[in-house]
Amino acid sequence: MSWKRIWTMFKARNYEFFRDTAAFGWNFLFPFLIIAGFAIVFGGRDFSALKVGIFPSPGEQVDFRQSNLPAKFIKTEHLEFIGFPDLESGLAKLKHHQIDFLVRHDSPKPQYWQLTSSPKGYLVERLFESSFVPDDHGFGSKETLAGMEIRYIDWLFPGVLGMNMMFSALWGVGYVIVRYRKNGALKRLKATPLTAFEYLTAQALSRIFLLIFTLIVVFIGADLLFSFRMAGSYLDLLIVFTLGGLSLTSIGLLVASRGTSEDFTSGALNFISWPMMFLSEVWFSLEGAPQWVKSFAGLLPLTHLLRAARKIMNDGATLIQVSSECLVLIGVTLACLVLGATLFSWNE
Amino acid sequence: MQPPTNPILEVINLVKRYRAVEAVAGISFAIPPGTCFGLLGPNGAGKTTAMEVIEGIIPPTSGEILFKGRRKTASFRDEVGIQFQHTSLLEFLSVRDTLVIFRNLYRDTESLEYLVELCNLQEILSNRNNRISGGQAQRLMLALALLNKPTLLFLDEPSTGLDPQARRHLWDIVRSIKGQGKTIVLTTHSMDEAEYLCDEIAIMDHGKIIAQGSPPELVRRYCHGTIISLPKDRVTIPLAQLPLPAREVNGQLEITVERIDLGLETLLGLNIDLSEMTVHSPDLEDVFLNLTGRKLRA
Repeated sequence: MSWKRIWTMFKARNYEFFRDTAAFGWNFLFPFLIIAGFAIVFGGRDFSALKVGIFPSPGEQVDFRQSNLPAKFIKTEHLEFIGFPDLESGLAKLKHHQIDFLVRHDSPKPQYWQLTSSPKGYLVERLFESSFVPDDHGFGSKETLAGMEIRYIDWLFPGVLGMNMMFSALWGVGYVIVRYRKNGALKRLKATPLTAFEYLTAQALSRIFLLIFTLIVVFIGADLLFSFRMAGSYLDLLIVFTLGGLSLTSIGLLVASRGTSEDFTSGALNFISWPMMFLSEVWFSLEGAPQWVKSFAGLLPLTHLLRAARKIMNDGATLIQVSSECLVLIGVTLACLVLGATLFSWNE
Repeated sequence: MQPPTNPILEVINLVKRYRAVEAVAGISFAIPPGTCFGLLGPNGAGKTTAMEVIEGIIPPTSGEILFKGRRKTASFRDEVGIQFQHTSLLEFLSVRDTLVIFRNLYRDTESLEYLVELCNLQEILSNRNNRISGGQAQRLMLALALLNKPTLLFLDEPSTGLDPQARRHLWDIVRSIKGQGKTIVLTTHSMDEAEYLCDEIAIMDHGKIIAQGSPPELVRRYCHGTIISLPKDRVTIPLAQLPLPAREVNGQLEITVERIDLGLETLLGLNIDLSEMTVHSPDLEDVFLNLTGRKLRA
């Protein structure tokens, strides 16, 4: 094995990455756009509020001064009241699940409508009914978690970083190698003393370097804009992301070990990346999902990367506390690298 | 008399099979050092496959390849230079970067200044690989093939796509390389190229070598007499009634005669108009067409 040749191919791939301005720019812009988009969309509004249609009301803003609804119901938090001029317009929205509950507020005995299939409608109905009953504080004591809560965007941020890393690792390695095999660039390299192991090592090291470089730039930039919560150690987080990047890169190398069809490779990479997108908790938690879904998610390296990253960023966990996730990432890396190097072909 | 030299490359009964297709069907030849050996053949004859098996790019089905009298070892790639027929380079690297990167993959290398001058790359050194012309890419590929001071150089259809000036320039380079004592294995479609550059030629068809020798030997062995060419419409009698062997090539009638004086006498006796007649001795192209036929290959 020649480190000189590995270093040469490492540099060659890095030159390519930094000079391909379109791909280079997109690698940085993509996570910023995702985070900024979510910050804008979720910034000032509570999308988890239950929507209650009120009629008659001349505008969307409801004037409750003449309302016969109980004050307790009107003051309930996380209910959003939307005014409608008449029953028909309210029912039209209710039928399409655009509101969860519809109530007439000018009649002496309140009338309401709800869809029997709507869980949210059921919850509002229970709230509505309970608002007619006087408060009773005799059934438990309340503990608040003010100051300890984690914003959705803090929870989302490691997911976006991991997702960006996944796409960059899979496509930046897998797709590129297949393209170079197809156009003969790999065949030209095969004619030199460069070995497959040296070439793959250089590709993996280069991709890790680029992933970590991108990660640091995006992390600093996004943190300056959105001030993310960082409860743990930056070094631990860097180690976790490096291990995650290695495992994802090694999957890319395995997919690219053979074949000259970019379409097939693209399909295979989509087949690998989409389950990770939805089941590795990039966007939402799998709490409450069926056990088999959770078990399947446990097979995906991105799941372990994001679990470890969130534990460090959101909960202040140490590297020891995320060692099981790290071991899975190392295992995936070794298995895929060994298999990828065994199957690798320069030109078949 | 010179003592016989040991061949630098020896190919013994080489076979390459893809399922039912035998692309290379047991070829054998030996190449003395310092010579240029040409592999000629129509499309699909198996030239490129044979070349890539010999280069070690694809594995053989059976057969043996000896380099300097021994089986190829890991150092083979350090000692040979290869210019492929179809290949590509890393798109976003400049020509200079490409030369430097490939140089760093070898132990002992040629000076870049020398190669840049030899292959006329001065003006495109800063250009990216994806922004150079086909001819410039061919010159760069040749420079890469020469980077490691190879003792054996493989050139697979190196002049394909080159304009006449570029082709002449390439031939000059190949001759100068040969002048340095290097051995060259060349595949080509161009008979001019083969005749100009090659000391020995093997003509392949259907995966086999069907003829081998120096260009003059092949002409002597497979062609006789002199060829008289006439526009076909000048010959008013049916071809079957012509008392001389003749064939039609691109609207011309080629009549082969053992003695030019007797041939002309016969044609004049048949009242054939000879005003647009040309006469030439057979060349390598005639050998090639005689051996491989005139039917268009896929």
